[in-house]
Amino acid sequence: MRIHCPHCGPRGHDEFVHHGDAAPRRPQADAPDAAFHDYVYLRDNPAGPYRELWFHAAGCHSWLVVERDTRTHEIRSVTFARGDA
Amino acid sequence: MRYSAFRLFTEALRGNRGWQPAWRDAAPRRAYDAVIVGGGGHGLATAYYLAKVHGLRDIAVLEKGWIGGGNIGRNTTIIRSNYLLPGNTPFYEWSLKLWEGLEQDINYNAMVSQRGVLNLHHNDAQRDANVRRGNAMRLQGVDAELLDAQDVRRMLPFLDFDNARFPIRGGLLQPRGGTVRHDAVAWGYARAADRLGVDIIQNCEVTGFRIQGGAVTGVETTRGPIAARKVGLACAGNSSRVAALAGLKLPIESHVLQAFVTEGLKPLIPGVITFGAGHFYISQSDKGGLVFGGDIDGYNSYAQRGNLATVEDVCEGGMALMPMIGRARLLRSWGGIMDMSMDGSPIIDHTPVEGLYLNAGWCYGGFKATPGSGWCFAHLMARDEHHPVATAYRLDRFAAGRVIDEKGQGPHPNRH
Ligand SMILES: Cc1cc2nc3c(=O)[nH]c(=O)nc-3n(C[C@H](O)[C@H](O)[C@H](O)COP(=O)(O)OP(=O)(O)OC[C@H]3O[C@@H](n4cnc5c(N)ncnc54)[C@H](O)[C@@H]3O)c2cc1C
Ligand SMILES: [Zn+2]
Repeated sequence: MRIHCPHCGPRGHDEFVHHGDAAPRRPQADAPDAAFHDYVYLRDNPAGPYRELWFHAAGCHSWLVVERDTRTHEIRSVTFARGDA
Repeated sequence: MRYSAFRLFTEALRGNRGWQPAWRDAAPRRAYDAVIVGGGGHGLATAYYLAKVHGLRDIAVLEKGWIGGGNIGRNTTIIRSNYLLPGNTPFYEWSLKLWEGLEQDINYNAMVSQRGVLNLHHNDAQRDANVRRGNAMRLQGVDAELLDAQDVRRMLPFLDFDNARFPIRGGLLQPRGGTVRHDAVAWGYARAADRLGVDIIQNCEVTGFRIQGGAVTGVETTRGPIAARKVGLACAGNSSRVAALAGLKLPIESHVLQAFVTEGLKPLIPGVITFGAGHFYISQSDKGGLVFGGDIDGYNSYAQRGNLATVEDVCEGGMALMPMIGRARLLRSWGGIMDMSMDGSPIIDHTPVEGLYLNAGWCYGGFKATPGSGWCFAHLMARDEHHPVATAYRLDRFAAGRVIDEKGQGPHPNRH
């Protein structure tokens, strides 16, 4: 599996650290506990297209959003996470 | 048909023409008292104990593929109960006790072999951690022995003891740990459950649930609807997808773990060895192949295959532990998809849907749990109460702050 880092170009995935689902958004500080429980612990875990965070640890140190199919590992797009939220 | 040495002998004389299929290839009926979704080790064991211990007779196991095609036939066959935390140890120890009597109980040779599991340590901090773990185990009645480098050298003279970076200083041994022929566990439970009247239905995928007034009334399948007031999910690796059909979102991600087998060699490795400086573990099958593995790949996957970076990482671990492994040829490798839970521990619990029960989140250590999981899940489904050794495996423990995080990694499934 190769990830095309928009900054560094195509690199083996072992240069990157996987940080899970890109979808969860941190609730407001005064949100109910249940909202934090959802945010920290519950995941859709889809079989199919999935937007996830990767950190280019052995490269440019960018946080990336990778759209990848979890059934085939095919990568559809890679963008900088900054500005994604 | 009971299996015995006598039977083997008489069949040999008759050209082995008298053997019958080990279980019926059942067709689905319209309704059952209890339905188990997933014909892996856990689902089959659950059905067996529901029938045997709790006297239920009208049970079906629904499997979307074939028996033994999931993780029960893909794991590296290690059993042990060397856990640290109170929520885990009694459960895994009970499971190990069930392994010790399993073959007599189900009349099937599962090749349970208590050849010992040794976790090596390479520095003072790891030694301290092993001492702590060993003490915790012994306090809870589990066998554990601390070995120093000399003890390990006598047992396993071929290890790279004086490796400049990862010298071997000793290890924690659980003598009662070992290996079990994984396929035989699936077949043995399937046969034993079948003999108690359980219908094992293959090529039958559950595609939806019938829920009325918050209670489950049955399942939709690729072979038609089936009514049941009790439905148990044991869909390792696919738990999130199946639970989503009932509107549930789980604290689980699906990840791929790879395993590797070399060509057959003469007896070399007596037990199970785990390397403490990287993630690598190895044993030798009775056929002679070295069976080994390491970390999960680390990204969500349903692909049942992994990537080369992990192969390289695992093999580096092997070379650091026992350099002679570099001369063995690798014959096969494969991947399996597992439920990685948010704290690395499993779930055996009710769900918010009445009559729908959940058995999930076994991570890469659910094979050893097979008998215990089936036993406790059957208890929950039959009596609607948690078995005493599985009270910690609650679905609400994340909200309640009672996580069971053996490794202390926090809510990151790929780090457990
Ligand atoms: C490479 C590898 C090595 C491992 N090594 C070890 C080890 O050494 N020791 C250890 O303790 N554990 C190990 N494990 C973990 C262990 O294999 C699993 O935790 C355990 O087998 C999971 O339980 P199971 O046997 O019921 O799973 P499975 O055999 O996967 O059973 C689940 C079944 O559910 C079925 N299913 C899914 N969705 C549906 C549906 N909608 N309808 C009907 N059926 C469905 C699947 O087809 C599957 O057969 C390893 C796992 C892997 C992948
Ligand atoms: Zn980069």
